[in-house]
Order: sequence, then structure tokens, then C-alpha cells
Amino acid sequence: MPSTALSDPVDLAPVATRLTVALIGNPNSGKTTLFNALTGLRQKVANYPGVTVEKKTGTFRTQHGEEAGVIDLPGTYSLLPQSPDEEVSRDVLLGLLPGTPKPDAVVCVVDASNLERNLYLVSQVLELGLPSVVALNMTDQAAALGHAIDAEELARRLGVPVVPMQASARVGLAELRVALSGRLRAPDYKPLPLPELVEQAVESLRWELPNALDLPPSATRAALVLLLSDEQTGRLAEGFGWAHLTPRFRQSRAALSSKVPGWQDDAISTRYGRIGEICDGVLARAEAGADGIAPSRTDRLDGVLLHPVWGWLVFLGLMALLFASIFTLASYPMDGIKWSFDKLAALAQGAMPPGDLRSLVVDGVVKGVGSVVVFLPQILILFLFIGLLEDSGYMARAAFLMDRLMSGVGLHGKSFVPLLSSYACAVPGIMATRTIEAPRDRLATILVAPFMSCSARLPVYALMITLLFPPETASAGAKALVLLGMYALGTLTAFAFAWLFKRTLLRGKPTPLAMELPPYRRPSWRTVGTGILDRAKAFLRRAGTVILALSIVLWALSYYPRGQDAKPDERLAESYAGKFGKAIEPVLSPLGFNWKLGIGLVGAQAAREVFVSTMAVVYAVGGEDEKPPEAEAKPTADAKPATADSGIAAGAGVVPTPKKDEPKPEADEDETRMKGVADAMRADRWPDGRPVFTPLVALTVMIYFVFSLQCVSTVATARRETNTWRWPLFMFAYQTGFAWLAAFAFYQIGRMLGH
Amino acid sequence: MDSPSPPAVARLADLPPGASGVVTAFHGDHADTKRLRELGLVAGTRVRALRWAPLGDPLEIELRGYRLSLRRAEAELVEVRPEA
Ligand SMILES: Nc1nc2c(ncn2[C@@H]2O[C@H](COP(=O)(O)OP(=O)(O)O)[C@@H](O)[C@H]2O)c(=O)[nH]1
Ligand SMILES: [Mg+2]
Repeated sequence: MPSTALSDPVDLAPVATRLTVALIGNPNSGKTTLFNALTGLRQKVANYPGVTVEKKTGTFRTQHGEEAGVIDLPGTYSLLPQSPDEEVSRDVLLGLLPGTPKPDAVVCVVDASNLERNLYLVSQVLELGLPSVVALNMTDQAAALGHAIDAEELARRLGVPVVPMQASARVGLAELRVALSGRLRAPDYKPLPLPELVEQAVESLRWELPNALDLPPSATRAALVLLLSDEQTGRLAEGFGWAHLTPRFRQSRAALSSKVPGWQDDAISTRYGRIGEICDGVLARAEAGADGIAPSRTDRLDGVLLHPVWGWLVFLGLMALLFASIFTLASYPMDGIKWSFDKLAALAQGAMPPGDLRSLVVDGVVKGVGSVVVFLPQILILFLFIGLLEDSGYMARAAFLMDRLMSGVGLHGKSFVPLLSSYACAVPGIMATRTIEAPRDRLATILVAPFMSCSARLPVYALMITLLFPPETASAGAKALVLLGMYALGTLTAFAFAWLFKRTLLRGKPTPLAMELPPYRRPSWRTVGTGILDRAKAFLRRAGTVILALSIVLWALSYYPRGQDAKPDERLAESYAGKFGKAIEPVLSPLGFNWKLGIGLVGAQAAREVFVSTMAVVYAVGGEDEKPPEAEAKPTADAKPATADSGIAAGAGVVPTPKKDEPKPEADEDETRMKGVADAMRADRWPDGRPVFTPLVALTVMIYFVFSLQCVSTVATARRETNTWRWPLFMFAYQTGFAWLAAFAFYQIGRMLGH
Repeated sequence: MDSPSPPAVARLADLPPGASGVVTAFHGDHADTKRLRELGLVAGTRVRALRWAPLGDPLEIELRGYRLSLRRAEAELVEVRPEA
């Protein structure tokens, strides 16, 4: 078992002698498929400390029925890491990661249809001396591509068992279990010879390594791996007395580079030299492009999908389809969710006596959470799409098509999916950045994603566009044009800020692309389904925790303190939220906003669409005079701020809304309400009699909403995905600050031009 | 000579689509090409240029039985001996 200093009691089985197996392999070699097949549902997902890398652990039974632990390591091409994911994989194997015991055995998952490149990592792992088994996966795909592999001879040359598999069909699973059930032996694999001076350097470094590495022969090779890792030496291990080692390794590297020029390059090419020897006579591959070989399916598909004309048509068609599904298809289940939450609110409303507690449950909990959960269908559709594109091999092609545009502003080809997703909602958009390996590119994408106008802004835009045009003169075309302008504004700003960040905060050498274009294949429903389920769970977990808590806070701010028998709008004005709105009026008046808009902005801070329902309360739409005294400020179950045609059933949000006495038919009510709010807002005057909502102010409000980060879910997601508060707080500050400046400049220039 | 024969050395970025070559050397720092080498693009490896993306970058190549894309800036660092 691993040294106790490193082990985390949570990760150790009750039986102290339990075997732990790590699955390691190139990305897309089938590790997760194998992991799922081995563990069934006995698995859990957490994060590695200090990095945003998913840690998947589980248990399975060996052929003898003994329980064993298994870790699904992040995909990696090499033990010399180039991303946090790869660093985690290396450090787990070396036993360097706090909280994760060093594995007792390793399963190297190999994509048989790409044997040479996969053996690069395998040969690095075997040199570490840990007991290992090679899972020769995707044998079906290798056969389909005309690659023939002699597995027995491969096993002999590698000195470890080789189990041919097809993990997606559970073929070879029993054989793998058997291989893991016998006596575990170190591989009978001869490490590559090293130049004399390198050997000496590694030999002396190994004695300085922490205890965990102190098991010959692996310590020497572990030292070599770390020496060759360049600047990525032991960053994650700094927790336990690593700090002094980093400079030691740096010195050693510098000394070697001057004495043995090219020693690092040679380490790579001699390894491929050895792989060539191993594959000679073991792997027979029909050379691509050779005479008499028909072009493969991948050849033919690439010819179309990467074609200068057809390629773009297919790409644009797919994106249009995605958009259409998110905004139309999703509206049906969203209406359903909206309806259920409304019914739930009505139920609670009827079952509980009036009072603080009822308002908390109805307005704070049910509506607050409902207003976020309503986006679940969009998120599911989005991830279904992403999953299908990813699993079929098309995603890499889309990144290939888009890379030029994206790299122009310092983003990555793979940034386009997260940005596209953010038109629906920044939360799944930020979650989708996980496919970007380069940390700086990923961070830049996260930082600008909220600029893409999400669907929660639509109700706000709709209300403001209504205010923008005098009731009789509004043409649908002009309205659509304004809306399109807002989308364009956000998108261009996202690119501009990405460009800026990559030149300032996130400056560095451009990350190389080096992206694999996998063979096309039929997507596996199981893989896609598991992926969707994971996302849905993560989203709902957040809705049930962070978002719930914040909803309650915002509810309290707009509910307390309770004045006596005041009208709802006056009550709101006297609440903490109302006082806050008044307090920030000096900040808002340069933008042409009054304190009532201020309350709306406070409400929108939880979720943007809440703005509309808050405005409805502030402008007391809904005839409070006719209300029986007891029913006033009674939250409504039918407040529905979204426009009927937007397809977005935004929740009523967290602000108590006055109840209408006679519910009108649903469809009318939406438009009536939106129009009612707009009319009331249009009638609002400054103390000096000027109208508050001039077209200039309506546009200024929209501009503010395009830019400012007002969504707690986005902030919470960015916190989770960057594993620090620093970036979400920075995002919040710079976007809100920029929103204010842009709105200020726009309003003041508009005033100067006489509007 | 009448028929133009391929030049003795060229950059990977200069290989016309469909043409093959053998990697001979690398330019730039070790770190610039480290990942490309680790992915199997080492001296002596046979590569085939497949196509440029419609916007002119990146490049799709084939090596060791699989496909990889890399940007022009990286392809400029790889020296190849074109094959007829
Ligand atoms: N044809 C084939 N596909 C497989 C096999 N094993 C896994 N896959 C598919 O390969 C893709 C990548 O698998 P995954 O487990 O996510 O790879 P990971 O990145 O290594 O975790 C998924 O679509 C799997 O369904 C196999 O043996 N044969
Ligand atoms: Mg995986």
C-alpha cells in the first residue's frame, strides 16, 4: 500500500489491503467506457485538489470476488504533461498527489487502431515498474481499418499481459479481470538506455524525492519523468515539501542542456525507435493512400465535411439546427417545468397560512429554484448535441474549420462550442470549456462566455424594445434588427475582450494546436447518455445548493423589513432591496436610470429575467386597489414575464409579485402583462416632469444587460470550473464595470446629440 | 532538368496536399515541437499532407496511421524530405 503520509482516509477502502488500479491512456482510447463497464454504478466523481480536473473513482470485483478500487485517470498522450489533466495523471502514477494513494497496478488502455502513438505512453508507464496490464481496446475499429495486431507477441515484447478488448461491447472484460486477479508482477520491460550524464543526474535526483517515490526501480525513472517534464515539475505536489525540488530539477536540466545538446529530443526519438522495433512484425497496417486501397470512410467524409463549400454548409446547417432546437424544441418541456413549478407554488400557497414562511417557500424557494431549473431542457438538448458531435468525431472537424477565426483573437478552435452554447445559457457554455486542454485558452473562453446574449436576457430585451418604439409605429423588422444588434454587440465584445486578455492577463506563447482528428464512427448512445446525465446532475445539484441559497437571500432582501399595511410597491420600496436601489441611484443616474430601475437591477442580479417581474412589482401593475386587504402582496403563481413568442418560460423569480384577482386566459395574460408593464414604465416621470423611459434610456438599459454579469449561476459555475474565487470575481467586476462604462458613454453621447 | 523534381528539403507547411515526405529535422525551441514529437512526428517519420482548412489554417496531416491537425506556425518548424 502507498505510504500513509499521502493517503486520504476517504479514498481507502475499509479493508486496508485493498488493491487500487489506475486506468491510464490517450484521450478517447476508451478509459471511461472500460471504467463504467468495470464498476457499473459503483463510482463517484470529485475534483482533484487545487485543479479543475475530474476525479473518477469506483470499485469492482476481481475474478476471485475481491473488491478492488479503480481510478479513471484523465486522458494523456504522455507522462510529460502539457495540461493540468495530464499533470494529474502523471502525479497519480508517481504517488505525488495529496489525497490519492499511489496505485498498486496500472491498466494501460490502448487504442488498437492507433497502436504506435498509444505505445509511447505505455512504454513510459512500463518503465516506472508498476505492475501493469495492457488493455488492447478498439480491436473492432483496428480490424475495420485493416490493422492486424499479434497480441501474444506484443505481450512478450512488452513484458506484461495484453488483453484484446472491445470495451464498448464489454468484450474482453472477463479476461481483463483475470489478468488483474493473478499475482501482480512488475513488467519485464527493459527501460531505454540513457546517456551517461543523464543517468548520473537522475541517479542523484532520485534520492531527493519524497518517500512515495522511494521504491526502486521506479524512483530512478520517476526522477527521469520529472526531469523531462520541463516547467511542469511537481507543481501539484508543492503541498508537501516540494518547493526546494523545483529549482533542483531546473538546475539539473540547464546543466544537461549545455553538456548534452538535444538530450530531451533524443529521449523522445529513441522511444519511438524502440516502438518501431516492438511493432515490427506485430502490427501490419495497410499504408494509407497505397495503390489498391480504397479511400476509407474517414477519407470520404473529410472530403465533404472539410470542403471549402460543403464543409461550411454542413457546419452552418448543424449550428442552425442546434439553435432551432434550443429555442423551439426546448420550449415545450420548459413550459411544462414552468407549469409544474407554478402548480407547486400554488399548492404551497394554498396549504400554508399567509405569512413570512409562506412567502419564503413560495417566492424564495419554489420560484427562485424554478426560474433556473426551467433551463434544464435547453441544457439537455445542448449536451445531447455536443455529445453526438463529440462521439462521432465531428467536433474535432468543427474545431478544425473554426480554428483560424478563433486563433485570430487568441482563442482555440474548440472555444466555439462553449461560446455557441452560451447563447442558450452561460452555465453549460462554461461547463463545455472542459474540452479545451490549454488552460489559458480555456480560461479566456470562460472569461468572455457571458457576453454571448443568453436566453434569460430575451425577456428583458423584449420589454425594452417595446418601450423603444411608440406603440403604433413599431414594425416587426425594426424590432428584430435591434434584437440582432444586441446579439452582435455581445459577440463582438466577447472576441474583443478575448483578444485583450490574451495580450495582457493571459499572455504567453500561443498554444500549439496539435489536435487529433479521430476516425468518424457511429456515436454510442451509452456514452452520449452518460455524458448528458452527468451534466444534468451537476446542473441540478447547483440549483439545489448555491442557487437555492442565493434565491433565499434575495427574497429576504426584497421582503424585509415589513412595513404595516402599505401597498406592495411601497413595501418593496421600503425593503432592503428598495433601499439599496435608492442608495445606488447616484451611480445609476449618470446612465439615466432612476431608483426604480435600480431595484430591477438588484433583482436581476440573481437571474436576469427576474428584472421583468421586478419591474411589474415596482410599477405596481395588476390593480392593487381592487384587492382584498388580506391578499395584497400575495405572490402570484401566474406571473409570466417572458414574451409568448420567445419560447422562454422564464420563472417569475424571487421578487414577490402582486396577485391579480381574476386570472385571465393564459395567452393574453403574457402580452397584457408585458404591455401593462411597458405602459406603466412609459408613464413614469422624473420629478421635473421629463419622461424616464426615453428611447435612449431603453437602449441604455439593453446595453447594460448585454455586458453586465448578473447571473449568480454563472458566477457559481465559473467558481466551480476554475476552482478559485479569483476568476469569477474578476469576471463579475470587469463585466459589470464595463457595462456601466458602456451604458454611461452611450447615454451621455446620446444626450449630447440631443436625444 | 525538364520535369520538376521535389526539392531536397522543404517545410511541412510547403508540402502540397496529397504529397508525402519524411521528417528530417526540427527548428525552434525544444518546447515548441515537444508535443508534436511526442505524438510521433520524429525524424524519420513518414507524413502525408492531407488538406488545409478552408480559411487557410490549420493543416491536416496523416502519420503512423492516424490524422493530426497543426497550425501553419508549427508546420513551418518541421523540415521534411519530400517523396516523389
Ligand atoms: N468501436 C469501439 N468504440 C469504443 C470502444 N471502447 C470505447 N469506444 C468508444 O470510444 C469513445 C471514447 O471512449 P471513452 O471511454 O470516452 O474514452 P476516454 O476518453 O479514454 O475516456 C466512446 O464513443 C466509446 O463509446 C471499442 O472497443 N470499440
Ligand atoms: Mg474519459
